[in-house]
Amino acid sequence: MKKIETIIKPFKLDALKEALHELDVHGMTVSEVKGFGRQKGHTEIYRGAEYMVDFIPKVKVEIIVQAERVDEVIEAIIGSVRTGKIGDGKIFVLPVEKVCRIRTGETDKDAI
Amino acid sequence: MRNRKLIAALLILFLAGAATALADEEVVKVTVEGNAEAVAAVQTNLNYVWTLIAAALVFFMQAGFAMVESGFTRAKSACNIMMKNLLDFSMGSIAFWAIGFGLMFGATKTGWFGTSDFFLSEWKGPDSDPWVLAFWMFQCVFAATAATIVSGAVAERIKFTSYLMYSFVVCAFIYPIFGSWAWGSLLHGNGWLEARGFIDFAGSTVVHSIGGWCALAGAIVLGARKGKYGPKGEVRAIPGHNIPMAAIGVFILWLGWFGFNPGSTTTGDTSIAMIFVNTNLAAAAGVLAAMAVSWIMFKKPDIGMSLNGALAGLVGITAGCANVSPTSSVIIGLIAGVIVVISVVTIDRLHIDDPVGAVSVHGVCGAWGTLAAGLFNMGGTSMAIITTQLIGIGAAFAWAFGTAFILFKGIDIIFGLRITEEEELLGVDIAEHAAHAYNDFQTTN
Repeated sequence: MKKIETIIKPFKLDALKEALHELDVHGMTVSEVKGFGRQKGHTEIYRGAEYMVDFIPKVKVEIIVQAERVDEVIEAIIGSVRTGKIGDGKIFVLPVEKVCRIRTGETDKDAI
Repeated sequence: MRNRKLIAALLILFLAGAATALADEEVVKVTVEGNAEAVAAVQTNLNYVWTLIAAALVFFMQAGFAMVESGFTRAKSACNIMMKNLLDFSMGSIAFWAIGFGLMFGATKTGWFGTSDFFLSEWKGPDSDPWVLAFWMFQCVFAATAATIVSGAVAERIKFTSYLMYSFVVCAFIYPIFGSWAWGSLLHGNGWLEARGFIDFAGSTVVHSIGGWCALAGAIVLGARKGKYGPKGEVRAIPGHNIPMAAIGVFILWLGWFGFNPGSTTTGDTSIAMIFVNTNLAAAAGVLAAMAVSWIMFKKPDIGMSLNGALAGLVGITAGCANVSPTSSVIIGLIAGVIVVISVVTIDRLHIDDPVGAVSVHGVCGAWGTLAAGLFNMGGTSMAIITTQLIGIGAAFAWAFGTAFILFKGIDIIFGLRITEEEELLGVDIAEHAAHAYNDFQTTN
């Protein structure tokens, strides 16, 4: 099992949800986060004075899937959220040792 | 059938009676002269009603100021700004009742300040003339407006107790003494400035410049908010936390100004129409000009500056709203809109931290409006008129900035004017009130 963690532009969350839904991915966890990458934030103007917005609002989505599904999920993420402009985000894939559904006690594959 | 006949007969009798009654009344000719007393009573009642409706509108401006100021500052200071606006009105009302009103409108021998009418002493009970009560109410909301202007300029860093002291002094002494020079004769006073023919119908100078110059003194003595200027002196923006709230605040102020300017007639007559129109046109022109200038200077139509533009136009027309034409009002508003943007940027570069632009809107545009009232006077202008206007503008600056500077310095030396650096980082809400404006939300700025 793998955990796919992706940081995306907030307004792309709906598109991502739709794409994963079509792939029959059943769950995800979404967090509002802030951060910066290579572009290091951007400047805005407030009452005539420029200021730096270092931490740009992003959305982090966490998805747990079976290892063999990782590639198609990555493809779906890129296909749905990519704009081609700076700040499109990142995808991280991490190993997951164990999954357990609290209500039933099911584990691993059955619990995803 | 019989019933119908009876009804018809009664109806005829009734109509005949009514006709006779009408004929009788026609004999007594109704004339304005014959009813002078009743006409005067209606006019008097109308004056009370209009003056008090206008007072209510001006009171509502407190809500506008509270929203503009908290919207333009950070979330961690919003409680404090609400408290300051609540308290400067409350403290101001009591101070103006006890001391200020007497200094401003009491009888005077010198022309410098009044010495009667403290504690509303002219009103002796239900049998005495209640006009002084209506007049006091209207003037009280004006005094509180002058006081509340400062709140925005000193936001996020002034100690609450120090602000309370300031509120009392401005409504008890600083505002009323200058007011007596320009407006004392509206009741029992007789000021030296009005004796020279100074034009300031609703208070570009008396209210707004006085408040604006006090704000300047406060901002200078306090110093800038932490992080406002970088180590090399570069200007950094500290964005406000709720721009829609600030915008609604400006709409409320605009509405309130329809009491502020036309209400200054304290008379329910036809002259209020032109004052209404002038007030509105100047505000609209102020928005257009400020938006255009900000668009050219910053490449985008800046919302904060456009909002300030409305207030600049309103402050600008306040002096001349009763003696300039609607066309002149548009010109006055346009120029005020240009002035306010340049002034906000300049004051920022001078390292005077005025989070809401109070000094520019009220001080600088108040001075412009006072000059404009002389320049665009429908009765004609002259060097003498301009000179008097300039003397009034200069006197307001010298008096308000001078006394407020001494006041803030004095408070600073004796009690301390500013919260500590640690408290400022934590936020003035937590430091001074142990409260959050937005529970359940994390504030990071």
